[in-house]
Amino acid sequence: MDVPNREIIGRYLRHAKRFPHIWCPGCGNGIVLGCLLRAIDALGWNKDDVVLVSGIGCSSRAPVYVDFNTLHTAHGRALAFATGIQMVRPKLHVVVIMGDGDAVGIGGNHFIHACRRNIDMTAVVINNFIYGMTGGQQSPTTPQGALSSTSVYGTLDQPFDIAGLAASAGATFSARSTTYHVKELEKLLKAAFRHKGFSVVEAIAACPTTYGRRNRQGGAVDMMKWQKKVAVSAKRAAGMTPEELHGRIVTGVLVDRDAPEYTEEYDRIRRAAAEGKRVAFRSQPGDVTSTRAKEY
Amino acid sequence: MSAEGSREALLQGNEAVVEGAVAVGCSFYAGYPITPSTEVAEGLAARLPATGGTFLQMEDEIASIAACLGASLAGAKAMTATSGPGFSLMQELVGYAAIAEIPFVLVNVMRYGPSTGLPTSPSQGDVMQARWGTHGDHPIIVLTASSVREAFDMTVKSFNLAEKYRSPVILLLDEVVGHMREKVKLPAPEAVERLERIHPSTPPEWYAPYEETNTGVPPMAAFGDGYRFHVTGLVHDRMGFPTQKKSEIVQGTNRLYRKIERGFREICMTDGVGLEDARTVVVAYGSVARSAQQAVEEMRDQGKPVGLLRLRTLWPFPRAAFERILDGVDDILVCELNRGQVYREVLRVSRGRCEVHKHTRTDGEMITPAEIVRALRERI
Ligand SMILES: Cc1ncc(C[n+]2csc(CCOP(=O)(O)OP(=O)(O)O)c2C)c(N)n1
Ligand code: SF4
Repeated sequence: MDVPNREIIGRYLRHAKRFPHIWCPGCGNGIVLGCLLRAIDALGWNKDDVVLVSGIGCSSRAPVYVDFNTLHTAHGRALAFATGIQMVRPKLHVVVIMGDGDAVGIGGNHFIHACRRNIDMTAVVINNFIYGMTGGQQSPTTPQGALSSTSVYGTLDQPFDIAGLAASAGATFSARSTTYHVKELEKLLKAAFRHKGFSVVEAIAACPTTYGRRNRQGGAVDMMKWQKKVAVSAKRAAGMTPEELHGRIVTGVLVDRDAPEYTEEYDRIRRAAAEGKRVAFRSQPGDVTSTRAKEY
Repeated sequence: MSAEGSREALLQGNEAVVEGAVAVGCSFYAGYPITPSTEVAEGLAARLPATGGTFLQMEDEIASIAACLGASLAGAKAMTATSGPGFSLMQELVGYAAIAEIPFVLVNVMRYGPSTGLPTSPSQGDVMQARWGTHGDHPIIVLTASSVREAFDMTVKSFNLAEKYRSPVILLLDEVVGHMREKVKLPAPEAVERLERIHPSTPPEWYAPYEETNTGVPPMAAFGDGYRFHVTGLVHDRMGFPTQKKSEIVQGTNRLYRKIERGFREICMTDGVGLEDARTVVVAYGSVARSAQQAVEEMRDQGKPVGLLRLRTLWPFPRAAFERILDGVDDILVCELNRGQVYREVLRVSRGRCEVHKHTRTDGEMITPAEIVRALRERI
């Protein structure tokens, strides 16, 4: 018989003093944290070897509740802090939790550069389409036309596709699921944690308080039902037209490829430098890459 | 110090920073190129990987300081170097390092500002930004250097103070010191003092990362050492967990100040020329102190009772050094490459006990010894 969920989660919470947590009833953050803990438990990681890093936001409050090495940084900067940790102690398992604003708004530059470096860590981006902590302002993922306290006539800006952005910025693993699909989310997190290199998991989550209410999406349950309705697996999506995909959220693994991992590559540089040599790379200075352009 | 094992080299101030960092055991650098600090990055890009350390060029200065703080939390001695525009970008996380008590060294080779300013011209315009650049009340340690050899020594000092006090330390150089070349004798590696942060001696279950201690400095574990603790920029209790309790807020903030105040004697460094009998004292720091020293020696050779008080630490402001001279002098002349940032501090600490004047330049040029002599002659 499976170990009950309560027991698994209970192994990782900081029971003394840290509760009640700050999240609203129906918030998706707790569901993502639950998936994350079950994934870590399934991999059997030692608590001492796990570093949970976050930025600032409702989602970024997660680390304080769990019994790992935990680091609650500044808004948008979590990945850059994590980079320093992982370079110094590459054996640690570094997991970074961020909100959508944290990851691709204020922290967008760090996000794309983390993707291109391919350091072995996982970014878990909880995308609730809104700045929750500050009370519901538009975020870089707020859908066009949606209402927020700073887009009172509808959001004009085009939203980012976080998992897609990660893929095009060079992340070697990128996946997405929702808080409705807990089993899938847990599975994707496990795969991301196992992946050697930089992995991104985007978790679509509900913020009933500042997003759902204003956009007439109903309560937390209705928002979960919406997630169920709009989700479409990457496999199915592959056979769908752009028109059919409009308004849908593609879930599953978008990218999963092997590439040299940064801290290991850096070790090669250290060894060569110690001997005063240059490092041999697979690509040469002339091998620039660019997307093929259409001819006009 | 024995000369054995020491070596002579013709170095730039920025290169001396590199040598100092390597000598004191810095193993992590993250930065973003900017004139006139870039030689620090270039030097460490070559040196650190060869000694098993890490050099990273990050996407910007905010990422650079963040990576340094992460590295320090993982146990490394970390530093970054920058100049005006980059220093401005780093400010939020200087405050993070102060409240989360993360040791690290930030070298700011000052250039003329604000904004892009005069990228290759010297200035000492960041004295107040180094003190108050990040938001909120916080203590900070800011050192400076006047020569290439001193750039080496102060880099070593910066790391040692950072580790000892669990505090960010800013080393404020100016473009002249950063770029000038001097022949220097560097100490043998064994002769370089290397302080390490205090590691907890308690078992992990008793570890309180922000506990009260005699010195005010709590022991610091590294991530991955088996002490699973929480670090946050929120005001926190002794366990590192966020708090809004008045008593814990006050206790935490007071300890931050107390740990630095207890170290004043060691942290606040000055030296001088002719302070025993001077009636007029020139106050200077950085490259300007070199011109000031020449001017003062010239005047003393002519029998004039002038002296030099050279500031090696800018913050905490070395008030005690002023207390020692204030009753015996008629005038103080503060010379600096800004519109009077240290001058205002000297006015504050002198509280009317003597006249305080300034000689400043903000045209992108150095202050020469001749100018200082002229300024002194106007008074004596
Ligand atoms: C430099 C900085 N700018 C602004 C803020 C204010 N702030 C705190 S959280 C936040 C947005 C959080 O939104 P998101 O990252 O999407 O996370 P959520 O709260 O929705 O989980 C903002 C703007 C801050 N703390 N720091
Ligand atoms: S405001 Fe939104 S994101 Fe924040 S805790 Fe409440 S429901 Fe969650």
